[in-house]
Amino acid sequence: MENIIELNKVTKRFGGITALNKASLKVTKGEVVGLIGDNGAGKSTLIKTLVGVYSPDEGDIFIRGEKINSWNALKARESGIETVFQDRALTPQQSIVKNIFMGKELRYPLGFIKEKEQIFEANRLIREIGFTSKLINAESPVGNLSGGERQGVAIARAIYNNAELIVLDEPTNNLSLNETQKVFDFVLNVKKSNRSVLFIGHNIYHVYDISDRFVILDRGEVVHQLNKSDVSTPEELMKIMRDTIKTH
Amino acid sequence: MSNNNSYLSNYFHRNGRALGSIGYFVLLMIIFFIGAPEAWIRPNLHQSVFVMMPTLIFLTIPLVFLVASGEIDLSFASTYAVAAYVFALLVKNGVDPAICFVLGVFTGAAIGALVGTLIVVFRLSSLVASLGVLFLLRGVILLLTNSRSITIMEVENHWIYPLLVGNFYGFPMQIFWAAIFVIFCYYFFNKHVFGIHIQHVGDNSVSAEQMGINVNAVKIKAFMFVGIGSAIGGIFTTMITYTFFPTQGFGYLLLALAAVFVGGTPYWGGLGTIIGAVFGVGIIAYMEIGIIAIGWSGEWRQFFNGLIILLALLGHRLHGERVR
Repeated sequence: MENIIELNKVTKRFGGITALNKASLKVTKGEVVGLIGDNGAGKSTLIKTLVGVYSPDEGDIFIRGEKINSWNALKARESGIETVFQDRALTPQQSIVKNIFMGKELRYPLGFIKEKEQIFEANRLIREIGFTSKLINAESPVGNLSGGERQGVAIARAIYNNAELIVLDEPTNNLSLNETQKVFDFVLNVKKSNRSVLFIGHNIYHVYDISDRFVILDRGEVVHQLNKSDVSTPEELMKIMRDTIKTH
Repeated sequence: MSNNNSYLSNYFHRNGRALGSIGYFVLLMIIFFIGAPEAWIRPNLHQSVFVMMPTLIFLTIPLVFLVASGEIDLSFASTYAVAAYVFALLVKNGVDPAICFVLGVFTGAAIGALVGTLIVVFRLSSLVASLGVLFLLRGVILLLTNSRSITIMEVENHWIYPLLVGNFYGFPMQIFWAAIFVIFCYYFFNKHVFGIHIQHVGDNSVSAEQMGINVNAVKIKAFMFVGIGSAIGGIFTTMITYTFFPTQGFGYLLLALAAVFVGGTPYWGGLGTIIGAVFGVGIIAYMEIGIIAIGWSGEWRQFFNGLIILLALLGHRLHGERVR
């Protein structure tokens, strides 16, 4: 199986605190990896390092087997990794279309923006994601949207760029049941098209349902990895997680 | 029906602030006209406004970019003089004025880049840091020139004089350059990656960073743009009067800032309006000159400037609070 991305013994420190300690993680083509761990286990730091928002203090990053020397958010996106951040990474005073194309605008050669094309694509994505309100079109400001709708914009952005790996950081937080189901459908669609998902959550039932493989993180270290076939119920996964954290 | 409403509300979200500032401008014109119709129809009043407006436009419009990026700069009023000083000094020393112009603008860009880098890299407050630079640069000029002005009559015979600040069928050329600048900036702010990134950065810099936008680079470029605009304004003024004054530009500091905010650009970043700022400049310029024209004494000028800033701020509040 081809590795999309591999982190090898990555360490990240903030001042005197070691947030990540020699953490290794890989995601192969077409799989859904669930990253679980308690609050403060280092999930967000691991994700932000993986997608280039933080640069690691030690350790290596490989993209499709190739070692990367300088890693940043733009490079991650150019390598086919899109992220739906926990805070959604939106700019609320700007329109939906501007948010969907943020950082990856469709451009003419001199840097002017293909506005019509962007609006057309954004409207198509809004319909695809299934915004129900007729009041919403691509030029509505994001600040007028509900939490679930904002998540929809963040997901639309990830879809548009046709990423090979989509990272979802706590995507079901603060969402209604209906909206959570939409996120699950989305993940399954991505998987069906042989692309990969890295799913982070502290709701173990959510993670269990959709993941093929689980990675357990504790105090900045990857303490256990197991396949879905190794566990039969979410309760069992929960127990394994508790036990590994205790003995760690 | 609901769809129409949404397009209408999106239209106002995008253009409400510009429309507001156009409204104030029209209102001000009506008040002046009612106050002194005979003074108002005399062309020389409008001519003097047209002489003042281009300089203010070169200062104000780039500030809209910077304020929209979430920063502020006061040092532009000194950059204005430094660039003009470089221009005047080089002209005086026999360098071709066209080259002097380019070098003067380059000086403005370099100062902007330095100020921006200082603020962004060391995470300084842009208000306080640029206040420091404002005094520092002015001090440097006063020391270098010994507070003496430089006269450069020689620019008049060079081809750039009629091209930049000459007379075109009774209209000063700088009006056309300012108009071109405004059109360019309108597209640059609204339709170009640079302007769009500025809006994202000023709206939520963490989001912008996560989406791969180089926040620091965007901000430094915005500071550079302010430096370039001030340099153009300073050099134009120096050419028009054939004289560089060591104190020049100081009077524009508060007027340009007032024009930005009266024009409808909010102080909190993420939003800005070029068209609004043009009318903001119009309001400020007409206030400066109109008060005298309608026969009131100059003492009223600051009073009315203050009043209009407050009224404009209250009016723009109708467009609502910052959405998060």
